[in-house]
Order: sequence, then structure tokens, then C-alpha cells
Amino acid sequence: MSKTILIDPVTRIEGHAKITIHLDEDGQVADARFHVTEFRGFEKFCEGRSFWEMPGITARICGICPVSHLIASAKAGDAILGIHIPPTAAKLRRLMNWAQIVQSHALSFFHLSGPDLLLGMDSDPAKRNLMGLVEKYPDVARNGIRLRRFGQKVIEILGGRSVHPAWVVPGGVREPLSDENRSKIRRMLPEAFDIIGLALDMLKDSFDHFREEEAMYGNFPSLYMGLVTPDGGLEHYDGLLRVVDSDGAVLEAGLPPARFREILGEAVEPWSYLKFPFYKPAAIREAQGGRSTLHYPAGMYRVGPLARLNVCDFAGTPRADAELREFRRLAPRGRPVANSFHYHYARLIEILYALERIAETLDDPSITDKRIRAHADVNNMIGVGVSEAPRGTLFHEYHVDENGILQKVNLIIATGQNNLAMNRTVKQIAQYHIKDGKVTEAVLNRIEHGIRLYDPCLSCSTHAVGQMPMVVEVYDAGGKLVDRVKRE
Amino acid sequence: MSVVTLTINDELVSAQEGQTLLSVLQERGIEVPTLCHLDGLSERGGCRLCMVEMEGSGRLQAACVTQVQEGMVVYTHSERLVKYRRMILELLFSERNHVCAVCVMNGNCELQWEAAQIGMDHVRYEYLNPDLPMDASHERFVIDHNRCILCTRCVRVCDEIEGAHVWDVMGRGVNSRVIVDLNQPWGTSQSCTSCGKCVQVCPTGALFSKGATVAEMEKQHNFLRWILDGREKKIWSYENGK
Repeated sequence: MSKTILIDPVTRIEGHAKITIHLDEDGQVADARFHVTEFRGFEKFCEGRSFWEMPGITARICGICPVSHLIASAKAGDAILGIHIPPTAAKLRRLMNWAQIVQSHALSFFHLSGPDLLLGMDSDPAKRNLMGLVEKYPDVARNGIRLRRFGQKVIEILGGRSVHPAWVVPGGVREPLSDENRSKIRRMLPEAFDIIGLALDMLKDSFDHFREEEAMYGNFPSLYMGLVTPDGGLEHYDGLLRVVDSDGAVLEAGLPPARFREILGEAVEPWSYLKFPFYKPAAIREAQGGRSTLHYPAGMYRVGPLARLNVCDFAGTPRADAELREFRRLAPRGRPVANSFHYHYARLIEILYALERIAETLDDPSITDKRIRAHADVNNMIGVGVSEAPRGTLFHEYHVDENGILQKVNLIIATGQNNLAMNRTVKQIAQYHIKDGKVTEAVLNRIEHGIRLYDPCLSCSTHAVGQMPMVVEVYDAGGKLVDRVKRE
Repeated sequence: MSVVTLTINDELVSAQEGQTLLSVLQERGIEVPTLCHLDGLSERGGCRLCMVEMEGSGRLQAACVTQVQEGMVVYTHSERLVKYRRMILELLFSERNHVCAVCVMNGNCELQWEAAQIGMDHVRYEYLNPDLPMDASHERFVIDHNRCILCTRCVRVCDEIEGAHVWDVMGRGVNSRVIVDLNQPWGTSQSCTSCGKCVQVCPTGALFSKGATVAEMEKQHNFLRWILDGREKKIWSYENGK
């Protein structure tokens, strides 16, 4: 008799989700699905508002990475105004974006995934959380908090507050950086560098313990997408879209991000509120025997730290480049790193990169320049703003009337773009660990960890918030509940 | 001008005949909330926040449109009044879509300030969530009807001070709305002089400068005194700019 196993909700992710595992007659895993169960609807209720307000409104999509939305939204606003913002404003926005990457990645690595990595996937779930981590590895937990605080503090210094700062606006930023504040950020940098050094050593030392996970946690071919600089370097704020395939072949070398519609499609499934973006050319190629024009799962691509490191030619800062070379050795020469388990490593490399860039940018004499905001009126009826959020490429597309009132809003969020890959990862882990329909607590946690690799922000991607006890339900083929495990 | 004596909150007070009760309260530093009142504009008595209790009358009176009378006995902060004031504010919030967190006037808004003063921490009434537009057709200014509380300060300042009478009110009750000229997009108005006085007197984020972002608007009322002092008292200059 076939059964369905349900994990609801998935814990230690930002948002609310459940997982169902469908067993076949022999108790083997036939399929697994990652369902996002919340819906918020920003795209709809922003219609009728002014694009000037959008950074303020869309920042509320998320309390973890409001900065990413601020930046993508303000950039869409810049495009509507049809202006080039003052160079210092662009540098200041980059500074805030890097700070955001540091704090969000620190949260993901230390607080959300740290308990699994350090206490073990099979450890007591009552202790396998941040509190358990504080108890057993107080230094590591403290470092995580300190590193996250660094990022939050930089955001606060620049924008006046750490959550939902209103500082990034269409046309530039609202306040310049003072000499005093520049010194403040500089003074905090050495500790942040120390912490990331320790974290990198700790993760690399632990690789031997996770050989199994490395091989089984989201290890499959897929496409990768991310922004790169015009010369192919790692990029988080501006730049061009690049797509590479699982062999390392470049499918899109440098598409101007405003033309993303040419390569990206969005599919919808009835069982999840999270859309399924896909790479159109691959989906069209895979169209089966003329029965459909698209086979969208073939367009599966991954975004985020792993993808960004896979698509770029180099990082562009000395220490991050050294780490990147080491990272590349995890895959056969010339091919991208396909194991989603290495999102963790990629995340730490990006923190290092962001810290190096912050240090470098603070040394730029023009960073304290007072010319930071350009003024204009509506000059384009469509504006697209693209930036790299901690979890991947973020698209804001606004259609306005001649007065700047929004007629249509389209937001493609990083987590959504990993949706196909997350489903695939869940299935892969479930197939590996679940034999004969037997499901243990540790297996459930491993499946959840598969999701955590992508650090999904479901509140962003569907715009939801949620609470976290876990219920596992097993259903038979007729949809009847046959077993129920509850974790408080 | 003759003097009248009245009792406010059990204290004997003298005032000039013809003065409004609100001005006497303000002179004496007794704070009653106001929203439609603005020094320099005619009184409307519309928001009802400055209501007071008067002995011998079961009805509450708006202090801004009540003249002082000999022997009046007035209470300004009875339990009943505080309850009604809070109720009025809650009704204002429930009537339109006030979202402080993303508003240009966050932190500088009179409606928000009055609600905070009275300790309004939630709204007990169902929100109407009306579907109201923004009009951004003017070159420099925007009106967002979602944030309008129909105080008509814009109507009065435009009529009484600027002399253009661009603004007016159409509709009735909860469906009322301020309109430009003959209910047309602001940008198409031929009577609007683009002086911006309406924007400056608006107590909320309903009227604001185009391009302003969250919490970025601050409004200046000083110009009203300068204009009126010049017109009425022939004072044209201020020492140290004050």
C-alpha cells in the first residue's frame, strides 16, 4: 500500500513549509514534495501605489533581508526615472548590500545550520537548536552572533536602523556616510575577519564527517545563475546575468538583467504557493514529442552562494579568490560544484569576500562624498531592478503609468528560483535514507537540512511568516492517516 | 471688549468675550487634541476631538466652535471625553488605509501623534479597507486619499489664504472625498497655483511632495502666521527670522 509521509512544518528556515514523502507499494520513496503553505500577495496589493513607495513597502516582505528588497526596488525606481545615480550612492548601496550578505549568511550558517553541523544530524532534537549550540559550543555561538551583529551594525550605521532602513531610495541614498561613521565600521572589521577565518577552518575540518551528506544532499546536475561583473567577477549589486550548465558550459555569458524575461519563465503547481521559475531555453529544448511546448523542470537552475561561485570566473579579492580556488577543487576540473551541501562553504566564502570589499570600499576617498541622490520624474514606464540577495538573484519589475502609479508588479525572489532544486534535494535525501517505509526522527531532520542548505526565505518568496513545532503524518494511498509523530 | 468669567476643570478663568473656548484652553496650557483646527484658518468643528463637557448641557461641544460665555462650567478631560476621543481616532484609522510604517509622514504625522498621545494601541472597529486611488498627476505634489481624514485644512487654506479654492469636498459621509476643481486629476487643474500651501497644512501623509519616501516629509505651518501677520497687522519682518 502506498503511503505519504508529511513533515509539517519544516523548522529552522525563514517561513512556513511542509514536506510530503510519497511511498510506493513496497515502502520505497516514489516522490517527495516541498510545499510552501503561506501566501502574502505583495505583487497584487502594491498595484495602485506609487513606485516611490516601493522600497519602503517591499522591504517589509522580510525582516532578515529587507536590504535586498530595498536595493532591487530602488534600482527598479532608478530605471523608471531613467537616471544614473551618483557614483558614491552606488558605492554606499553596495556597502549596505555586502553588510546584508554578512549578516544573513552568518545567521544561516551559525544559527540555522550550525546545530546540525556541530551537534550532528542524529543528535537529540531537544538540544539540536541554537540553545543546544550555546551550551556545547559557546564560542562558536558567540562568534555567530558577533558576526551577524557586525552586518546589522553596518546597516544601522548607514541607514539609521538595522531592520527596514528607509535609506535606499530611487535616485540614490538619503544620507551620506560621515568620516566618523566610516571609522566606526573600520574598527569593527578585524573581529569580523577573525571570526570568518575560524568558521572557514571549522567547516573545512568537518568535511570528513559529512562525506555521506556531501554525496547525497542535493548532488545532481542543474543549471546555475547569478550576476557577474562585465569581466566575469563575483557580483552582488549590479552587472550581467550569467547561466552555466552542469558541465561548466556558459549558456548565457552576460545578459543585461532587464532582459531576464527572455530566459526565465515561471510555472505554478497546485500544491505550493511558491512558483517554479525555470530557464526557458532548456525547457523548450526538452519539450516532449510535441505534446507540450515546455517541459519546465528541465529548466531547473540554482541561485545563491553556490551558484554565484559557480558562474563567476573569479571573486576579485585576494583571500576570497584563494578560497574560491580551493572550493573549485571540490568538483572535477572545469565543472561547477554540484553538491548543494557546499552552499555552506560558498556562504562562508561570500562572507569573506563581502568583508574584503567593505574594507576596500571604506578606503575609497569618495565614499564620504555628499552628492548621493539624483532627482528626476517618470521617464520610463517599465523598470526592472536586479541585485544579488543573500539567497540568490532578486528581480523587481514594475510597470507604471505616466504618473508613476503601479499598474503591475512582478517579484522573482531568490528562494523561488531554487524551488525545483529544493524539491529534487528532498527527493534525493528521502530516497537515500528511507528504506522500506521506515522513517526515523534523524531522517526527518536530514531531509529538513536538505532544505536548509538553500537557506530558503519563504516569507520573501511567498511573503509568509510561521511558527515551528513539527508534525509528521503518514498517509496511506487512500489519504487516510495511519501514523503521526509530533515534535514540540 | 468685555471680560467673561467661566469655570474650567473646577478653576475660575477669565476670558475675552467672543473668544473661542479652544483658544482659552490653549492660552492656559490645557491640552485638548485637535486635527481639523489650525491657527490661522477658519474653524470647521469637524473632527470633534476637542469636544468638552458643559454643565447643564447633555451634548458635548467642540471647543473650537464654541464661544466663551459668562458662567460657563467646562470639563475637558472627563472619562467620557477621553473614551470618545479615542473612539473618534479609532474610527478615523478604520475608515481609510493608514499604514504608518510605509508613510511619508511616519514620525511627523498629527494623526499618529494624537493616537499615541491618547494611548490608542489597537482599533476595535472593523477596517473598511476602501479601494482609494492616489493622484500623482501634479508635477510636484501627490494626494493619497487613503491617508485623508477629511479635516478640510487644504480646502480652507486654498480658499482663505491662497484665494484659489482649488480643493473642495464631494460626496457624503464616509464616501466624502476632497477633489480638485470639478473632480479632475490634480495635474489638469487650471486654478491650482502649485503654491503647496495645502501640502504644508495637511496633518497626515495625504498630501505630500512628489519623490518623498518613508518618514521623509515634515510640514511647516509658519507661513500662515507670516502671511496673516502681514495682512492683518502689517508686520512684515521678524527679528532673527522669528
